Amino acid sequence: MSRYVSFRDFDWVLLLFVLIICGLGVMEIRSATAHTKFAGAHVKQIYWIAAGLVCMFLMSFINYTALLEQVHWMYIASLASLMMVLLFGQKYLGARRWVKLPGGAHFQPSEWVKLILILAVAKYFADLSQRELSWSDFMKAGAIVGIPMLMVLRQPDLGTALTYLPIAVMGLFLGGLRFKQAAIVIVAGALLLPVAWHVLKPYQRDRLTSFMHPEADSQGSGYQVNQSLIAVGSGGIWGSDAPSQTTLAFLPVPQTDFIFAAFSEAHGFVGALGVLLLYFIVLMRLIQNAQTAPDRAGTFVVMGVVAVLSFHILVNVGMVVGLMPVTGIPLPLMSYGGSSVLFMFLALGIVMNVRMRRFVN
Amino acid sequence: MPGHDEKVSEIRLTATQYVILIIFLVLTYGLWRLQVTQNDFYSNLAEKNRIRDVPILAPRGKILDREGRTIVDNYPSFTAMLMRDSSRDLMADADSIAEGLHMDPADVRDQIRKFASMPQYEPIYLKDDITPDELAFIEAHRNELPELDTIMSHRRLYPRKGFMAHVIGYVGEVSEQMLNQTRWEFYNPGDIVGKSGVELEYNQVLMGQNGSRQVVVNSHGKEMGELGEKPATPGKPLKLTIDIDLQIAAEEALGDRRGAVVAMNPHTGEILAMVSRPTFDPNQFAVRISRDEWSKLVNDPDHPLLNRAIQAQLAPGSTFKIIEAVAGWQEGIAQNLIVHCSGSAVFYGRRFGCWVKSGHGEVDLSKAIYQSCDVYFYTLGEKLGIDRIAKYAEALGLGQKTGIDLPDEATGVMPSEEWKIRNFKQKWFAGETISVAIGQGAVTVTPMQLTRAIAAIAMDGRMVVPHVVNPTVLPKDFLPVAHYNEVKTIPIDQAGWDVITDAMGRVLLPEGTAPSAHIPGIDIAGKTGSAQVASLALRAKHESNESLAQNGWFVGFTPRRDPDVVVTVLFQGGEHGKLAARLATQVIKAYVEKQRRQPPKMASTDKVDVGALWDDPDEGGSRLHAAHFALDLARHHAPLAEAAPGVE
Repeated sequence: MSRYVSFRDFDWVLLLFVLIICGLGVMEIRSATAHTKFAGAHVKQIYWIAAGLVCMFLMSFINYTALLEQVHWMYIASLASLMMVLLFGQKYLGARRWVKLPGGAHFQPSEWVKLILILAVAKYFADLSQRELSWSDFMKAGAIVGIPMLMVLRQPDLGTALTYLPIAVMGLFLGGLRFKQAAIVIVAGALLLPVAWHVLKPYQRDRLTSFMHPEADSQGSGYQVNQSLIAVGSGGIWGSDAPSQTTLAFLPVPQTDFIFAAFSEAHGFVGALGVLLLYFIVLMRLIQNAQTAPDRAGTFVVMGVVAVLSFHILVNVGMVVGLMPVTGIPLPLMSYGGSSVLFMFLALGIVMNVRMRRFVN
Repeated sequence: MPGHDEKVSEIRLTATQYVILIIFLVLTYGLWRLQVTQNDFYSNLAEKNRIRDVPILAPRGKILDREGRTIVDNYPSFTAMLMRDSSRDLMADADSIAEGLHMDPADVRDQIRKFASMPQYEPIYLKDDITPDELAFIEAHRNELPELDTIMSHRRLYPRKGFMAHVIGYVGEVSEQMLNQTRWEFYNPGDIVGKSGVELEYNQVLMGQNGSRQVVVNSHGKEMGELGEKPATPGKPLKLTIDIDLQIAAEEALGDRRGAVVAMNPHTGEILAMVSRPTFDPNQFAVRISRDEWSKLVNDPDHPLLNRAIQAQLAPGSTFKIIEAVAGWQEGIAQNLIVHCSGSAVFYGRRFGCWVKSGHGEVDLSKAIYQSCDVYFYTLGEKLGIDRIAKYAEALGLGQKTGIDLPDEATGVMPSEEWKIRNFKQKWFAGETISVAIGQGAVTVTPMQLTRAIAAIAMDGRMVVPHVVNPTVLPKDFLPVAHYNEVKTIPIDQAGWDVITDAMGRVLLPEGTAPSAHIPGIDIAGKTGSAQVASLALRAKHESNESLAQNGWFVGFTPRRDPDVVVTVLFQGGEHGKLAARLATQVIKAYVEKQRRQPPKMASTDKVDVGALWDDPDEGGSRLHAAHFALDLARHHAPLAEAAPGVE
């Protein structure tokens, strides 16, 4: 089988667009952190991207079908790592999200759990033979995603927990969810919303309310949203030569969650639209790879990556332009941060893996 | 049957593509809305974020005396402040900060705690008006304590020990209450404005126009650059009519006695000296007066903030007899009135005593003035009636403001039949006229009113408006200027004027009431007065209580003909006018000696005189210390009894 696998089939076009986005991210991190205590973060980001590329190539060698065969072990391991975080995690700003590894490095398991979930969901739906989804299949698929989701919510990390949701939604949709089922689920969800409101932490409620009225509390929770809107809005069509919101530190964390706001201030509507176009090309290219996948499992794996990536873009860019509440979700490929970069390149490695085996059947 | 390798529905994959397309279109719409449609709005907000107007405080104008010598100056004052946006642990540094600034460490920690919930860009103002060694401490510890910084402002430097405090007044932050008044409606909260005295009256001249700097700040409020600057317009210097030399003489003459001194040029109305005691130190107000100190000043039973020269309303006592004499002469009664004084006389069924129990014998107008015979003036008063007395007293400015250019002048009271009905809904009793005839009863005057009235009589009826600033030095648009030029003429018969002023000239001679105040070689005319504060019955009960002792008055001028200066002294609790007269003649002597020393019209800008009071204004380095110059008022306190031993 492996003699058919060749780097000729590697998706160089996809990689090119991914690297362009990464390059824009590095440039923006550089200008946004210049003269701050984070100066030099762009160099670290380049190291992370290089490490990500290595991981991606390594990942593309391992046959994804072999990976899927072992996915139940990986799933158990991921639940165990989440349990570790809950028990021994480092508390930082009121939440346990990190495990301190020997050697001083910090590790956030909730990121790579995302990857396992994509594989686990793909495996589950690929094994289903019938075209239409039964309620018991629905519940099982929901449990696969739901259990780790609840554990991450306990940390608490609402943002990351939410990113697991599109994996389940995409799996169910492609797995044959019927319209009637979808309607029932949506209605049930709507009825549970008031309950969810009570479960939310006060700061999470603040973020949601300040998203709806950012000017009401412009120095507190609404501050970040307001400064982000001002940064984006003052960028205009062509961008600003002296992006004051970013360089004078009015924009909070311009190298991570608000990198798109910083980019939009500096490069304007034209630049921001260009970046959105690059992401759109990447997503369309991924969906094309899903369509040409050798089997159901391959399609589900690639579409899981599509689901996670588009959800991140929707929530992050939506937050920056004031259409979504502040959730602390980074913009993949652009935002500074090792976990996020490694996840994206590992995910791309699996996509490459699927693509390189498209003629195997 | 769908098998294991059944492909995923193409329709659903395509649908996913459309969902993603819709998401991207929505995000594009979000960008368009912010960056294209509302770009101006947000650019404006970004500018507001980064550009801040920092005021450049305009220094207030100096206050100078008539010869251009500095009375009030500014000095650069530094306030120590704690910046809270640094990453330093302020609590850990509190001890060393407190030590360097000579503060209580608990106090510093308290302040830090109090500010914990405030935005980080707001600094804590730790200590106002720090000393040079505290400033040096901050400069020397820039690296160790980077959160410690200073801000400079101009503060008023007033003479020490309350010298001239009531004329000068003081400055303070404009209050909310003031901002609601039309006069202050164009001022801003935080503006430093005059609150009393010349500082208040001439605030418009003295206060400059603040400038501003447009600076770029970051989110912590730290300055990152400067865009532009609008310079401040400093306040204009203000030249007073006060003569420092005469002011010093007046301050020293009155010493720590309660009362007031006014010296005025009767030709022009220029005030040459004005003193009120007890006094206060306006330098306390120039920094930041604590609530305790303020309430102590306001509630002090001696009312140190009161400018007695224009605000004390007291019975004029026998000094009023001069005004009554003019009324009597003008009405044709006093010329030929001879009264036999036996020590007392009965009017309207009640016995009124003369201050000389044995009586003055045969008394005419002249003798009645220099001997201050009460019975003569009772009789004259009875013949005139209250309304004819009031007519002349009011013409001479009693019962109304003099119009001096100082705030909150009191009106005093000149009673009349109509006044009694208006205020008490009662008829005037003829017996009350007898008390008013010797300056007791309902009549009250301020030292300023008395000065002006006697000056008008001394000037043969020419009455001026007193002022502490010469209107010619004021800007054209300063409104009250026209008012100062008002001159009224009260007709006084030449023969009567001769008699009255000659009689006043004998007051300080051996036959007069204050021979002990006589100064050889200086032709002083004047009139003593002593006025009851409370009824005699009440005085008997509280014999030792100073506040119930009689007030001594003296109004004098020199020379007797065409006088150059009129001096009024109010000595509260001074018992007799002759004590006041001795104080007044000290001031007159200082005036005359200065006139003899130098030709009057030559203004002196002699620095030596300034140096006696002040540090050199150009000497930058020691300005912080300039507040500590000394004018030792206690230096020349010769007890009165020693000055004129054995004379009653």
